[in-house]
Amino acid sequence: MTTAFIILLLPLLAATTILLVTRTRPDVSAYVSVISAAVCFLLTIVLLGDNGSVGSFAWLNVGGLELKIALEITGLTKGMILVVTLVGLLVHIFSLGYMKDDAGKARYFAGLSLFMFSMTGIVLADNFAMMFIFWELVGVSSYLLIGHWFRKNSAAEASKKAFLVNRIGDFGFMAGILLLWGATGEISFSGLGQALDRETFDSTLLNWAMVCIFCGAVGKSAQVPLHVWLPDAMEGPTPVSALIHAATMVAAGVFMLAKVTFLIAAAPVAASVIQHVGALTALVAALMATQQSDIKKILAYSTLSQLGYMVMAVGFSGFVYSGEVIGVSASNAGFFHLYTHAFFKALLFLGAGAVIYACHHEQDIWKMGGLLRLMPVTAITFLIGTAALAGLPPLSGFWSKDAVMAAAQNNTLLLVVGAITAFLTAFYMSRLCTIVFFGKSRSVAAREASEVPLVMRVPLIILTLGAVLAGFKFAYGWFINPAELPHPEGALPLVLSVIGVAGIVAGYVIYSGRDKDPIRVKAFARKFYIDEAYHLLVRVFQDGLAYVAKVVDQLLIDGLIVRGSARFTSGMGSLLRGLQGGNLQSHAFLFGLGVIIIIYLITITITSR
Amino acid sequence: MPTLNEYLMVSGLLFAIGFAGVLMRRNIIIIFMCLEMMLSAANLTLVAFWRFGGGNGMPADGYEAQVLVFFVIAVAAAEVAVGLAIIVALFRARCTVHVEDLNSMKG
Repeated sequence: MTTAFIILLLPLLAATTILLVTRTRPDVSAYVSVISAAVCFLLTIVLLGDNGSVGSFAWLNVGGLELKIALEITGLTKGMILVVTLVGLLVHIFSLGYMKDDAGKARYFAGLSLFMFSMTGIVLADNFAMMFIFWELVGVSSYLLIGHWFRKNSAAEASKKAFLVNRIGDFGFMAGILLLWGATGEISFSGLGQALDRETFDSTLLNWAMVCIFCGAVGKSAQVPLHVWLPDAMEGPTPVSALIHAATMVAAGVFMLAKVTFLIAAAPVAASVIQHVGALTALVAALMATQQSDIKKILAYSTLSQLGYMVMAVGFSGFVYSGEVIGVSASNAGFFHLYTHAFFKALLFLGAGAVIYACHHEQDIWKMGGLLRLMPVTAITFLIGTAALAGLPPLSGFWSKDAVMAAAQNNTLLLVVGAITAFLTAFYMSRLCTIVFFGKSRSVAAREASEVPLVMRVPLIILTLGAVLAGFKFAYGWFINPAELPHPEGALPLVLSVIGVAGIVAGYVIYSGRDKDPIRVKAFARKFYIDEAYHLLVRVFQDGLAYVAKVVDQLLIDGLIVRGSARFTSGMGSLLRGLQGGNLQSHAFLFGLGVIIIIYLITITITSR
Repeated sequence: MPTLNEYLMVSGLLFAIGFAGVLMRRNIIIIFMCLEMMLSAANLTLVAFWRFGGGNGMPADGYEAQVLVFFVIAVAAAEVAVGLAIIVALFRARCTVHVEDLNSMKG
């Protein structure tokens, strides 16, 4: 148990050390952070032997609710914590090279360590409240790291956007947690599971609660319609994109859903929502990816699309087929895809980072080309990552995509959507590789590119091993029972591989030797105008509201209350000032007039009596 | 033998002239004299009411009215002392006894 607590707290210690002690010495800060990540990884390997141990202490007592800081170690946790610490460590090492001369190096590594702390917190949390706290913390560290180059306006905007969009999802998440707590009186995962076994709850309430909880995943895992922040988040340093926005944080939503599979299985309507949102995200993001020209944006949309796959698979754990809920096997498929995806997508991002680094921070793929000769290690690892993402056997992506599609195989519509997405995935990755690594160099930066330093190559190679091997039973069997994965029926694996190959060939044939994009679909390139639509929506609502507020402010508050009272006072003043003429005789006249009036009145009263 | 009404008429006339002087004259000393005239008008009224207070053209029994008249005269004398002193002080301070120049109380 202590091990788990050390894994949780060590990165926090590293982050505080950097901020308080070594901030002025970037190199020391970097090593503090890397060493903490390395120790965490080693401790994770120790932890893999542990099981189910839960240690806890009360954090807050409010009435009948006791919020605990408690760690729970299950198979799912172990798989996720391995991904977090391994990819985290590799990204730390890669960053040593990538961020070598960055002015904010100490701040960057402090941010990474803070992220590692928050992410392990999410993974190890045994209840919703603790998970929510760390859920927000990853949001904060993501904000800090996206905005690392905060002097660049687009980066500052992107970090703000990521934070705000996540807030929308988190609001739903919190509402969902409260609904669940209100319905069952439990917030710990095990407690919820027991409560669900013990008694039956109102299914409408449960469905609503799960839809709300899913909102959290929609925000964090960037599902449609809250996906807009992820592509913008690519403004952050590339290793951050690899760690946070590809492998771990964005997968937190999927992890969380996988963790509450039993709830999804009990809420079929919410499950259906989850499936369809996932499938829609997968398809839409893949379409958008086919028309991007920024290497990181392509990978970002690809991540969106793959996250959509995972969410869809997890959603299928509530799918009822021939009278039976599919249950845990579907969410296992989703988590399996998360696990393999973490390796090959982190590999692809770090590879993209290496390419960007070698091309002097050029990100436009149309200015690259011919990099296979110039940086062979990066190129070959990248190509292997691409093959894994495209789902070519026997790489890891093939097995996990198989599992995901097998989970969907009884729903024809979503199966077809998944297959189309698989084709598109292979297609846009092939497009990317063809343009970047083959053909001739299209710019000076690309011609002068050279292989990246060793400290950046090693993480690529290790991740390549992961991308190749993670799909085999020995690599995942210790946290997912292979018998509990959905089994593809008939020719599904064969069809998927053929689709993958077809996509790759199509991409190569269309884009080989091109200097410009021969296919132009404006809607895809402009991301279906969703950003514009949001812009409009925000403008209409915000400006409308602002107008109302302005009118109220100017007329009611400024006009009537503030200036009105002032005007009333000064008006009365000037009215009364006329009486204070300072002329003795006019005073006397008024006085006399008053006396006469009084006498007249008295006389009237007396005579009329 | 004049009647009560005639006395009262004279008194009212005196009062009105005094009041008009207070309102219209600019010289503060004359205003002051007009004030005195108004007091005299009041005194005349008091005396007239005493003279006809007993009914059938006879004077009243008591001397309350005459006491009040003396009281008014005494007060007027004191008032003149204080008032003239103030006017002298005012003239020393402002070099004028015209009321329209004395407007520092104007709001």
